[in-house]
Amino acid sequence: MPEPMPPEPLLSGGGRVPEDGAIAATGMGGAMDLATAEGETLERAPAGPDGTGPTDRPRSLWSDAWRDLRRNPVFILSGLVILFLVFVSLWPSVIASGSPLKCDLAKAQEGSQQGAPFGYDGQGCNVYTRTVYGARTSVTVGVLATLGVALFGSVLGGLAGFFGGVWDSVLSRITDIFFAIPVVLGGLVLLSVVTSNTVWPVIGFMVLLGWPQISRIARGSVITAKQNDYVQAARALGASNSRMLLRHIAPNAVAPVIVVATIALGTYIALEATLSYLGVGLKPPTVSWGIDISAASPYIRNAPHALLWPSGALALTVLAFIMLGDAVRDALDPKLR
Amino acid sequence: MASTSAAPAAPATSPAEPILEVTGLVKHYPLTRGVLFRKQVGAVKAVDGVDFVLHRGETLGIVGESGCGKSTVAKMLVNLEKPTAGRIRYKGEDVTKLSGRALRAVRRNIQMVFQDPYTSLNPRMTVGDIIGEPYEIHPEVAPKGDRRKKVQDLLDVVGLNPEYINRYPHQFSGGQRQRIGIARGLALRPEVIVADEPVSALDVSVQAQVINLMANLQSEFDLSYIFIAHDLSIVRHISDRVGVMYLGRIVETGRDAEIYEHPTHPYTQALLSAVPVPDPEAREHRERIILSGDVPSPTNIPSGCRFRTRCWKAQERCALEVPALAVPAEFRHTGGPAAHDSACHFAEEKQVVPPEEPREDHGDTGA
Repeated sequence: MPEPMPPEPLLSGGGRVPEDGAIAATGMGGAMDLATAEGETLERAPAGPDGTGPTDRPRSLWSDAWRDLRRNPVFILSGLVILFLVFVSLWPSVIASGSPLKCDLAKAQEGSQQGAPFGYDGQGCNVYTRTVYGARTSVTVGVLATLGVALFGSVLGGLAGFFGGVWDSVLSRITDIFFAIPVVLGGLVLLSVVTSNTVWPVIGFMVLLGWPQISRIARGSVITAKQNDYVQAARALGASNSRMLLRHIAPNAVAPVIVVATIALGTYIALEATLSYLGVGLKPPTVSWGIDISAASPYIRNAPHALLWPSGALALTVLAFIMLGDAVRDALDPKLR
Repeated sequence: MASTSAAPAAPATSPAEPILEVTGLVKHYPLTRGVLFRKQVGAVKAVDGVDFVLHRGETLGIVGESGCGKSTVAKMLVNLEKPTAGRIRYKGEDVTKLSGRALRAVRRNIQMVFQDPYTSLNPRMTVGDIIGEPYEIHPEVAPKGDRRKKVQDLLDVVGLNPEYINRYPHQFSGGQRQRIGIARGLALRPEVIVADEPVSALDVSVQAQVINLMANLQSEFDLSYIFIAHDLSIVRHISDRVGVMYLGRIVETGRDAEIYEHPTHPYTQALLSAVPVPDPEAREHRERIILSGDVPSPTNIPSGCRFRTRCWKAQERCALEVPALAVPAEFRHTGGPAAHDSACHFAEEKQVVPPEEPREDHGDTGA
C-alpha cells in the first residue's frame, strides 16, 4: 500500500504522547517546561507501546485517522480486496487471457477445465474471463454513482441545513418528490429511452434518484452539528461561514454520510444488476456481473457455476466496500479510540 | 451618546472608565403561526430593557433563575444574537450596528467562556487547533511561526501541561476542558470576558479551582468579567458588583456586600433566603421566603412590576406603575449600603443571609 506520510523526523520535540499513557500522564503536573519535554520525548519514544516514532507536526484528524486505519485488520483486508478489484478493473488482461466476448456454443454449460477454471456459461462464454472483465463495470458504476450522490447530496443538504430558511423548505419538498419516485419504475421509464451503450446513463440515473437520501442525512447531521456550542464559540471568535462549515461542521457531520454512502455503494452495484436484468441497464456487449447473473439464472440447475461465480464476486465486492466504510467511520470518530 | 436615568449603580466606588455600557437592551423572539404565510402572534420577551455598566478590571455578576434572560444577554454581548433594541457600547462605540471588519475588531476584545466544557470544544480538533483557532481567524494578532509557542504559553497560563497540545478534548476531565475553553477565550488578549455559567457544569471541588483561576487571570491580564451564574455564593466570591435579573430585567444592582447583606428588593431577598447555610445554628434562625406560583411566561409579562404576581408585598400601585431601577426614595438620603438601585415601590432592608465574615472565610478555605 502506498505510504502517503512523509518520513517522520526522529530528532524533534513537541512529542506525541502514546495514547495508552495519556491518562496516566494527565496526572503529572503541568509544570514541565518545553526543553525537558523535548529531551523526554527522545527517551520515551522507543518505549511507546505502539512502536511509532515521535512526530513534531501537530496531529490532524485525518492523519490520526490514517494512523488508526493502518493498524486495523478490517481495513487492511477490505483495502486489499478493493485494490485488487481496482487493479483488475484497470488491467483485466493481466490475469485473464482471451476476450470475454469470444464464446463457443459447443462448450455451453461445461464445467471447470483447463483455460476456464470457472467453466462456461449458457452461451459457451468463459465465466472466469467474464467475471474478471465484469469487475470494471460494476466497480465503475458503484464508485462513480456513490461519489456523485455523496457530493451532490451532501453539498445540497449541508447548505440547506446550515443556512435554513426558504431554501431549506424548498429543498426538503424537492427531496420528498424524489423519494416518491419508485426506483425500478423510474429506471424503466427513464432508461428505456436511452440508446447509449455506456455506463453513464445508468450512473446519471442513480445520482438523480440517490441524492435525496444523502441530502437528508447531510442536512440532519449539519443541523445537529451547527447547534453545538463549539460552532457558537467559533462564531463568537469571528469565524466566517466557510470556516464554520469546513472546520467545525463538516468534520462532525461527515461520518453518517460516509456510512450511508458506503452501504449505498453496494446497493448501487446491485441496482445496476437489477436494471441490467430488466434490460434497461447496461446492455451486451458490455460485460457486467448483473448481465451475467440474469443470463445464467435460467440454467441454474444445469450450470450453477455460471451464476455463482459472478454472484460471489458481486457479494465480495459489496462486502469489501461496507467493511471499508465501517473501518473509516471508526477511525474518523476519536471518541471510539 | 445618550445616557439614561437608569445609569451606573456605583459611581463613587469605581473610578475606572466604563469599558462596556449597556442601555435599554431588548431581545424579543417573535412567535409566528402558519407555514407559508407567517403571522406574528406574539413575542418571547427574553430580555426586556437591561442597563448596566462594566468598568475596567471589574467583575459584574449577573444572577437570576433559569429562563430570566441571563444567557441571552451574554449572547448579545458577544454578538451571537442581534438585540431587538438598545445599545451595547464598547469604549463608547455602539457595537450592535457594526459589521464586517469593525465587528471582527470588537469581537477580538470581547470574548466568551461557555457553560458546558463538553460541548464547547470541537471533538475533532486537537487542543492546539482549538486554542490556536483565534489566531487563524485574526492572523494580525500572531505571526504564523509564533502560534504554537503562544498556544503552549496559554496552556501554561491556565495550568495545563503545554505538552498536551496534541491531545483531543475527550482526553481531558471537565475542569481541564473548561481551562482549555478559558485559554481559547484569552488567546486574543481580550479586555472583556463574558462567562456564561462557566462552572455550573463542573464538580463542586473543581468549580473553586476554575473560579480562582479566573480571578488570578483577571489581575494578570487586567480583564473585566461579566460573570453569569445562578449560584449565588460563587457570584459573591468573584464579583465586585452584582445585578439580579428577573424575567428579562435587572431588578436590583449594587456592590456585592450591598446586595448580599442589605438586599432591598423582595425578589433578591427570596433568592438569598434559598442559599444553603453551612452552619446548622445559623440555619435554625434564618427565615426562608418561599415564593408562591411560577415565573410568569415571558410571552405574557404582568403589567407594572413584573414580580408582583409572586410578591408578598404587592399592592395596587405595583400593577399600575413600573418601578424604575434607581435608589429607592426612602434610602436616598440615608446613604449607607442599603442605598443602591432597586426596582421596587416598597423597598425595605431585610437581612436574610447571616453576616459576612464567617461565610467569606468558609468560601475561601473551601476553594
